[in-house]
This record gives sequence, C-alpha cells and structure tokens, in this order.
Amino acid sequence: MNQILRPIGLLAELTHRCPLQCPYCSNPVDLDRKSGELDTETWKRVFGEAAELGVLQIHLSGGEPTARPDLAELVAHCREVNLYTNLITSGVLLDQPALERLYDAGLDHIQLSIQDIDEANADRIGGYRGGHAKKLDLARRVVTLGLPLTVNWVVHRQNIHNLARMIDLAVEMGAKRVEIAHTQYYGWAFKNRRALMPTYRQTLDAIALVEEARKRLEGVIVIDSVVPDYYARFPKACVGGWGRRAINITPQGRVLPCHAAETIPGLVFDNVRDKPLADIWLNSQAFNAFRGTDWMPDLCRSCDRREVDWGGCRCQAMAIAGSASATDPACSLSPFNATLRAMAEEDSAAEPDQFRYRRFGG
Amino acid sequence: MGALDPQAVPRLPRGVRLSHDQARDRWLLLAPERIFEPNEVALAVLRLVDGERSLQAICEELGRSYNADPALIMADVVELLGGLVQKRLIET
Repeated sequence: MNQILRPIGLLAELTHRCPLQCPYCSNPVDLDRKSGELDTETWKRVFGEAAELGVLQIHLSGGEPTARPDLAELVAHCREVNLYTNLITSGVLLDQPALERLYDAGLDHIQLSIQDIDEANADRIGGYRGGHAKKLDLARRVVTLGLPLTVNWVVHRQNIHNLARMIDLAVEMGAKRVEIAHTQYYGWAFKNRRALMPTYRQTLDAIALVEEARKRLEGVIVIDSVVPDYYARFPKACVGGWGRRAINITPQGRVLPCHAAETIPGLVFDNVRDKPLADIWLNSQAFNAFRGTDWMPDLCRSCDRREVDWGGCRCQAMAIAGSASATDPACSLSPFNATLRAMAEEDSAAEPDQFRYRRFGG
Repeated sequence: MGALDPQAVPRLPRGVRLSHDQARDRWLLLAPERIFEPNEVALAVLRLVDGERSLQAICEELGRSYNADPALIMADVVELLGGLVQKRLIET
C-alpha cells in the first residue's frame, strides 16, 4: 500500500435539487431526495472534521446549493475553521440579499455555470426558461460586489461553435477565471452522448482555440480547460488519483472518492452519519479499492505514467471496458481504446438526439 | 501589462488568501481552484502584502529584516509580485 496522503479538496453536494435540468449533469442518474439530506449541524461537523484532516478547499455544490436556506451559515462555519469556500452554482436562485449574506459570511469565490452565449439555446440546454438572463444579471452583481467570479462553460456539440465568444463574454463580464469544461461522459451525459458528442475535428479546433486564447489573455483572465478525453492519447488523472486528493459527499452523507463512484458495483461507501471523516478516508473499502498503484493491471503498473495519470478514470473503465480495474479506455494503450473512439465517432456523426433532461426519477 | 511601480500598493484580492495549513504545517496561497506553496522568500514578501504598504515600503522592511540593500531587493520583489499579478493573485 502506498502512503495515504491527506485530502485537499472536498466537494459537498448539499442537495440534488436544482431548477435546471442540464443533460450532462454530473449528479448520478439516481438522485438523492430532499427528505434524506444531511442537516446543518451534520454538515458543520463534517466540515470541521475535513479541516482537521487537511482539506483546504470546500466546493459547495449540488444540485443547486443555493436551494439550501442554511448555505450562508455553512459558509460562515467553513470560514471559522479556516476552509476556503467555493460556491458552484447555476445562479438562478441568488437574489441580492442572499448574495450579500454569502459575501458577509466570508465566501471566497463563485463559479457560475452558463450554458451558451445564445440565450434561446442556453435556456433550451438548461431546460429552464429565463435562466440565461438571470445568470448574466448575477454575474454583474457578483463582480460589482467584489467577489471573484469564474464562468464555467460545459462544452459539447450543441454550443462548441460559440467557444471563442464564450471566452470573450467571460472577459467582458469581469470574470477572473474561465473554465472550458468539455463534457465528461458519465451518468446523464453518457445517456445523452448522441446529443452532446462533438466530432474529432471540432475537438481539435477547440483545443487550439483555447491554447491561443490562453496566451493572448494572460494577465487578463485565467483559462482552465477540462480535456475531452474521448479523443485524447492518455487518460486524465481523474480526481488527481483515487483517494489521493479529493472527497465527494452526497446530499445524504455517503462519502465517495469521485462523484460517479456509485456506478461501480462492489464498492462499499461509508456515511458521515456513522463514522468520522478521517476514519472513512483512511479505512473505507471504497477509498482503498483503487488507491495507489497496487490495484493496477500490468499495462498500467509497468507504465511510466502510472503516477502521472494514476490509471485514469475507474468509472470510464467500468462503463466501457466492463471492469473498474481495467486501464481507462481513454488511454491509447487500452485494448478498448478503439471501441471508445468508434463510439465517439459514431455518436458525433449521428443526427443529434433529443435531450434526456436530468430529472428526479430518471 | 507594465512593470510594477515602486509606489504601487499590492494587495491580495478577495478570494486569494495566505493561509496556514495546520495539518501539514506550511503556508499556502489559496485561490480559486488553485493552491500555491510559496518558497521562503516569497512567503516573506507575501506576509508584508497588506494593502497598505507600497512596494517601496515592503522592500525597506525586508532590507531591515535581512540586513540588505532595499534597492537590490526591489528587482526580485517586482519580478515575484509581477508574476502573481499575471496570475491574478495580486492586484494593485
């Protein structure tokens, strides 16, 4: 067993409720209901335990985290225990008093997702009429208040043609950072592959465009990009390596190594209601299942990149190769890489499907 | 983006915090989705970035602490903080 590091980031899915229905939502297809959500005191305890364990940044996410009336109280608590708070929001529920409460509570950063630059298309993708206008309004208010803003664009075949203008708009808004997040095909996005998958050509063009913009806009805006791994040569170091840096907690308190980990059969997830977070981090079966390099197939274990990409994504190995301990099929050395590429090419060439919107009950 | 002026007053903007990582006993610069570990020199400079001291004042302070000529320190401080301005971690 390799040495267990202390975690750095914790993604808190405070609720799975959300007014938007984005067809690439990172939440599981089987969503947690409101009735089982952790209460305020439990989240506070968990954040305190996270800080002691070494977590530095809390990502307050969902669903839509601002649907929780106790959000400002949770932010204030994080601040008290010296955690950096990042709010990941769709922005449509944050009126001015609610925004100011978060500011006063000590919120460090807001990441706002926007679906497209074209209003009608943005509202169609999010499945929420009037959402785009509300997002633009919130962005203005965030910058005016003096909170640092990141704009997050999830990119796919139905908006990738607007990529250059997405970056421009983020600059015009006064965002200090912009995220170009190519859709990751798990859960909802996996169901919607035919509606979302860009072509190889579109993907290459998008990567080149981002590289050019990053150079041109240095000192103006920070551009981060989440790579489209279906067309990559090597897999991404998913969550920085399983059980190395990141913790994900569901609305009902299950502690996961990554947000999609529940798609892997045979893993046992502990709950913060039952055990201290440090105990779960160190000892839970799910966290130890793919920690380090011992679990790897020979192809990965003998590879120079074994501690660069940590074998890539376990959930993608499960979904495509049928085994969570296989090499990530996004790796060009995987025997399933051709399958993955063929799927991507077929999906991107097909007539786009209707969206299957993210809803309770699938 | 020109070089920093000695009279400029650098500050950490909202969302960027110099923070002690107690679990690992080290100082870190926490920023949106990013974490930086300053080296000893950078840390000495960052601890003087309070939104009140000018670059000049920071160099004079460092000169006293390290018994060095502030004019010699200035070039290093300008380079360090200039790099952080480019990364949007420092504002003036």
